[in-house]
Amino acid sequence: MARLITVYVNNKQYQVEDGQTIMQALDKLGYHIPRLCYHPKLSIEGACRVCIVEVDGMRNFVASCAYPISDAMKISTNTPELRRARRDIVELLVDNHPMDCHICDRNDNCELQRLSYAMGIKQRHFVGERKRYQKDVSSVAVIRDPEKCVLCGRCVRVCSEIQGVFNLSYAYRGFKTVVTTAFDIPIAESVCSSCGQCINVCPTAAFLEKNYTQELFEKLCDPGLIKVVQFAPSVRAAIGEAFGFPAGISKEKETIAALKKLGFDYVFDTQFGADLTIMEEANEFLERLKGNGKLPMITSCSAAWMKFMEQFYPDMIENISTCKSPMSMLGAMIKTYFAEKIKVDPEKILSVAVMCCTAKKYEAKRPELLVNGLSAVDIVITTRELAWMIKSAGIDFVNIQPEEFDNPLGISSGGGAIFGTTGGVMESAIRTAYEIYTGEPLMEIEISQIRGMQGIKEGSIELDGKKINVVVAHGLGNASKVLEIIKKEPQKYHFVEIMGCPGGCIGGGGQPYAGANSIPLDENILMKRAEALYGIDRKKTIRRAHNNPAIRRLYKEFLGKPLSEKAHKLLHTHYSPKYPKGIIPKEMTLR
Amino acid sequence: MQIKDIVQEKKQQNIQILKEYLESFKNRSRAESNLLTILHKVQELFGYLDKEAIEEVATIIQVPLSHIWGVATFYHYFKLKKPGKHIISVCLGTACYIKGADEIVAKLKEELKTDLGGVSEDGLFSFEEARCLGACSLAPVVMIDDKIYGNLTPQMIPQIIKEYKRKHKE
Repeated sequence: MARLITVYVNNKQYQVEDGQTIMQALDKLGYHIPRLCYHPKLSIEGACRVCIVEVDGMRNFVASCAYPISDAMKISTNTPELRRARRDIVELLVDNHPMDCHICDRNDNCELQRLSYAMGIKQRHFVGERKRYQKDVSSVAVIRDPEKCVLCGRCVRVCSEIQGVFNLSYAYRGFKTVVTTAFDIPIAESVCSSCGQCINVCPTAAFLEKNYTQELFEKLCDPGLIKVVQFAPSVRAAIGEAFGFPAGISKEKETIAALKKLGFDYVFDTQFGADLTIMEEANEFLERLKGNGKLPMITSCSAAWMKFMEQFYPDMIENISTCKSPMSMLGAMIKTYFAEKIKVDPEKILSVAVMCCTAKKYEAKRPELLVNGLSAVDIVITTRELAWMIKSAGIDFVNIQPEEFDNPLGISSGGGAIFGTTGGVMESAIRTAYEIYTGEPLMEIEISQIRGMQGIKEGSIELDGKKINVVVAHGLGNASKVLEIIKKEPQKYHFVEIMGCPGGCIGGGGQPYAGANSIPLDENILMKRAEALYGIDRKKTIRRAHNNPAIRRLYKEFLGKPLSEKAHKLLHTHYSPKYPKGIIPKEMTLR
Repeated sequence: MQIKDIVQEKKQQNIQILKEYLESFKNRSRAESNLLTILHKVQELFGYLDKEAIEEVATIIQVPLSHIWGVATFYHYFKLKKPGKHIISVCLGTACYIKGADEIVAKLKEELKTDLGGVSEDGLFSFEEARCLGACSLAPVVMIDDKIYGNLTPQMIPQIIKEYKRKHKE
């Protein structure tokens, strides 16, 4: 434990640990200094100056996020001069911002709004020229609106430090400073992985997902369409937060009911798609283990990870599982198997997916994933967009009567539920692969080595005396680290799970915004969402994908067996290198 | 051989020179700290920060393109667009300004269809500002390459530009 020092805050004496910043110490003492650019998971930037405090003996106010606390320091947090300075700092941001809160996507959930209110900005003193930029709407997933940007740089740091994509940077200088891509190219032509973490950390609406809600509302009123929807495990684990429920409460049946009320004819479960993925992926892995294909095999469920791989690690394409993601597998089954079952022309089916993810919007548009010339998924909306639709349609989500999934694509195992959290795909794959390989069910079904929020988790399992080494990474930065290890030691692992976002899909770029009393990327919230999924798994009588009766029936009636020709045609895909090529910075490769 | 091919060949030669130059920066730790030196070299070779050249730099020294772009745009010294064949500098010094340099700028903007700091669409002219060319008695003045045009009025601009375009056609 660090040495204790004595400090004075607003003339009160406290003992605090040495070796931390003023802000960290004050947080623990219950003084929450206003802040903007600071984020505990990201490097300290000290750019916004909102978190200034007064320190006796210092000529200027100091940024408490960056300044170390020291013995006998006398700190004031609320003197009139300080409050005025802080107020002016925030007002200057507000004055360089479009004042269109009531038509803004972040209205009611904007940090700048909250700060402005907290600073008591009642009058505007500095109205003047403000920056003007065009919105970048090139991407099907991530929209950039530099006019709303307050230059806090959280997106720049999350994109580089957590995701290792390095697509964003400050460019130009002074009043013309803007967060942009290299050569100011549109997001769609950049190395952006579409993960949407910039949206999650943005305090304003400078980054948003491409919104498809209006189009969906219209299609839902089209009497000529059969409206089918699926939603991801992580949606149920987080959507409650958008309605004021605490994190970690599964709202599965409520979400089904709300979707029905919105006008969907069939509500299916992406967890069924996850079970199907496991059937294919576990068998593919065992084939590779026999020598048919390259090891280690790397999972392919995460759409952001797939785009990242194609741009940054195209030389690893052979290691990537050819399995489509659960969303795309289920979409393919909806437009074939299910269409046959209800005797409807697949062109008359509207296939919608609610995802925790912005990159899935990109995935749905990949030409490789067309099924007999049709999109497997026509529209992807995020958890946030669904929550908005529910509110906009006047559906009382809080008191809604729970409903059940439709058959046959609504039945899932516990293994499908945990797909949403880091380690979940691997755990579910092991449950199934073990039993196929050894003929015995795996007894220790909960594999704790690969659970939890650690960035890179290693584990091993014995298959009839053969030791299988696995590794799990979440966040693209961690993925890069694992891939660099594999480049140096190709034999080290047999099976690799990678999810593009911190925490896995539960931390996806389409999840509800952090509210007034929480912060984006908060590990505690991610852990609670993960726990919601583990809770679903524990409550299921069927916990292994291969025991899902609906999956068995699907193979019996339609697909034949895993990796069959038909399964290959409908459930597998391929990848190709993409331009521009991403650059892995030296820090990643030297370690 | 066509002029286009000669230009292309020259560019490829420069890319080759750049690649050799970058050899010594390969595998150095803290590659970014060499970035300014390298960008100077690129501008020396290409006359501006050529996109293809910058992509070579990023790949070889393993610094993300967005970081290089951030540095390149921060410093006025670096040219981000290929300069025109002729450099038009409008004097915005005090004397010229009083004598109506702003009207000259407005007319040039109209003629060249680009802002100050830009390059005309045909790639013929760079449009830049200058701070006193020492020809105050001729104010307002414009310098094209190394030739001074003095006592200008906006009406005189189109003829001057036309003359350069005509010469270029020949």
